[in-house]
Amino acid sequence: MSIAIQADLHVAHSDEHEHHDTSGNTLFGFWIYLMTDCILFASVFATYAVLFMNTDGGVSGKDIFELDFVLIETAALLVSSITYGVAMICAKHQKKAATLGWLLITFALGCVFIGMEVYEFHHLIEHGNGPDRSAFLSAFFALVGMHGLHVTAGLIWMLIMMVEVLTTGLTNRSVTRLSCLSLFWHFLDIVWVCVFTVVYLLGAL
Amino acid sequence: MSFFGKLTLESIPYHEPIIMVTLAVVGVIGLVIAALITKHQKWGVLWHDWLTSVDHKRLGIMYILLALVMLIRGFSDAIMMRTQQALATNGAAGYLPPEHYDQIFTAHGVIMIIFMAMPFMIGLMNLILPLQIGARDVAFPFLNNLSFWLTTSGAVLINISLGLGEFAKTGWVAYPPLSELAYSPGVGVDYYIWALQISGIGTTLTGVNFIATVLKMRAPGMKLMQMPIFTWTCTWANILIVASFPILTAVLGLLTLDRYLDFHFFTNDGGGNAMMYINLFWAWGHPEVYILILPAFGIFSEVISTFTSKRLFGYSSMVWASGAISILGFIVWLHHFFTMGSSANVNAFFGVMTMVIAVPTGVKLFNWLFTIYRGRLRITVPVLWTLGFMVTFTIGGMTGVLLAVPGADYVLHNSLFLIAHFHNTILGGAVFGYMAGFAFWFPKAMGFHLNERLGKASFWCWQVGFYVAFMPLYVLGFLGMTRRINHTDNPAWNFWIYFAAVGAFIILAGIILQFVQLYVSFRDREQNLDTTGDPWNGHTLEWSTSSPPQFYNFAKLPHVTDIDAFTDMKEKGQAYQREQAYQPIHMPKNTASGIFMAACITAVGFAAIWHIWWLAIAGLASAFVLFLVRAYDNDVDYYVQPDEVTRIEHAHLDNVVRG
Repeated sequence: MSIAIQADLHVAHSDEHEHHDTSGNTLFGFWIYLMTDCILFASVFATYAVLFMNTDGGVSGKDIFELDFVLIETAALLVSSITYGVAMICAKHQKKAATLGWLLITFALGCVFIGMEVYEFHHLIEHGNGPDRSAFLSAFFALVGMHGLHVTAGLIWMLIMMVEVLTTGLTNRSVTRLSCLSLFWHFLDIVWVCVFTVVYLLGAL
Repeated sequence: MSFFGKLTLESIPYHEPIIMVTLAVVGVIGLVIAALITKHQKWGVLWHDWLTSVDHKRLGIMYILLALVMLIRGFSDAIMMRTQQALATNGAAGYLPPEHYDQIFTAHGVIMIIFMAMPFMIGLMNLILPLQIGARDVAFPFLNNLSFWLTTSGAVLINISLGLGEFAKTGWVAYPPLSELAYSPGVGVDYYIWALQISGIGTTLTGVNFIATVLKMRAPGMKLMQMPIFTWTCTWANILIVASFPILTAVLGLLTLDRYLDFHFFTNDGGGNAMMYINLFWAWGHPEVYILILPAFGIFSEVISTFTSKRLFGYSSMVWASGAISILGFIVWLHHFFTMGSSANVNAFFGVMTMVIAVPTGVKLFNWLFTIYRGRLRITVPVLWTLGFMVTFTIGGMTGVLLAVPGADYVLHNSLFLIAHFHNTILGGAVFGYMAGFAFWFPKAMGFHLNERLGKASFWCWQVGFYVAFMPLYVLGFLGMTRRINHTDNPAWNFWIYFAAVGAFIILAGIILQFVQLYVSFRDREQNLDTTGDPWNGHTLEWSTSSPPQFYNFAKLPHVTDIDAFTDMKEKGQAYQREQAYQPIHMPKNTASGIFMAACITAVGFAAIWHIWWLAIAGLASAFVLFLVRAYDNDVDYYVQPDEVTRIEHAHLDNVVRG
């Protein structure tokens, strides 16, 4: 649904003067959408908080979380936020090649994150600790997986934006869309900090 | 797994004569409508001017049409339940077997709340809110179109369930563990999940859209505390939408994982916790009832101040009372299940918070009374609905305070007293409000008046029918009758059950009269044209436009200095001014992307319900491609040239002078 707002981006309207810039509206609308996403995550966080003790005789967080591994995963995502920020600065200065380069680095870091998460999930399922094992694992897979799906959507979006920048350049439209993706990407970073704290750090105690 | 998943020819309920006859009738009506459209050669108009429209006014009208169609379906369910209960006393079986009856009461609840009340409310908001704030459209017109079609998509799915498979037998709340695969192995709950999920996402996007619209697109000079009160109450409702609908999305998603991928959120085994669902469901569900009622409060305010020709009493207290209700609406959800067994302190907190809501609601009621005081109230159809509401809703509010006492709730929980209470508030509050708004803004939307006599007759049927249908349910609740009962065997209940059935038929007469009113008004429209655009001597900007408003709403954006902006303009002699020159107006083009994307999403929902995985993947991929095509389409807007604006505006002003 995030992308649906994007589709309205260049439908400029409702101003007496011609070509009113609606990118402010788009960013604001996108920001409100992110708040709805925030509540979506909050609901699943609440579910996790209620269910994380319900291991049904199976593993608990302490048994399965490997903090070193998750730390590298976390570092990849956090650094990707910084590189995205650099890409945005380049975009504001109309440096097309640099923007694309930093986007590519961000994309790669995002792929590292997703790759590690897929590996972790696969590892857990392989050892009989899949989401069908217990309510704790259901909540774990749902929360972490939902974040992972968001990051994947962000990566696809980033790919599309790289093609757009490559073909049409840093137009008003593409910069506004990059700004929305920027909000999205940083938002996912913040959510991950909460996941890392609530799920992994508290779980490994 | 076969090519069509779980879907087979046996999925069609041939053996249910009621369903088959219904489908036949729906099919015939559909054919007649299609034939009429063909005869009048209106397919092109339908497609280019309506289905693909991004105009908020047309989307508003389509939302209301959807609501009226679903009202017929939801009310058919209601009258079937009432007749079943009336026939199945003294141990008789009635005519609806339990597995069918259970689907009916579930469908009734889902349809009336999600596919009747919500589209009606969102329809009125679409129609009026941008006009009231002096905007040319909403912030994201294409998104608005998509939201409508996603809502319709949910409605389509729930209607397919009638003729293909079954609907949920769980009650409209679909509590687990009953709604889990172990106890509901059929497709009913899956229809429920996907219909609500898809339309819920549409509603979330509507909330996002209208918050951006209100905060970013108000006419020059209009401060937040100068927005018309209907706009304000809708804004609070939209804040509630964006804050609560994601919770529904989440909880339905979790139930989906339980049913499809063997997760254990709400199951009896594996450490699941069903109460988690019930908490999350009502964390959405309670704000939802305020989403329904707050815009209705706004409508009553507009109606009362217009027909007393007075300024609304206590405008700012009305705004803040709505805000207080919105916030309190989020901290009362637990009163839906005091019997969960939380500690007395928890129950007391939620009980007290619930009672506190009566305070801002009371503020509103007194504001309306004081607006009427020393005014000259014109008794029109919208005013009748408003007065009916003020009495009826007060009773509903008081029985609500009664239910908010946890001790009393332990006795009344799940009884017909509860059913009577929430129909008292949702019907006597929200629906009466939408009816008032329908009659109030009909001339604005369509350009001609509704027949007053038939409107009044319809109101009285609804009003009397409501009391006859629902007051007995309070009594039955006290007599110990619980909800969702298929047949009874208690002589003490019989009289009241028959009584309530009579009430349902009186409401039916009201509904029929409303459709007769629509027909008669349409037939006689030439004699009842609204040429001025201001039939009621209105206060707010929507009345400054022609009826129906031009597609661009305002040729020149108004400059607002007062709450009652149009009254202010009329008093200063600034209304109906001819401009020498107009600026070109930038407008969005209509697009078929929304309806096509929603069609793909409907296919995804249908495929998920029947486990047709290739179709789900194909639908999702098609929706994504359609979206990309839309996102990179450069031909999405155009300019209306000044000479055309001049021609349209001068024609309208000539009409006003003649009127």
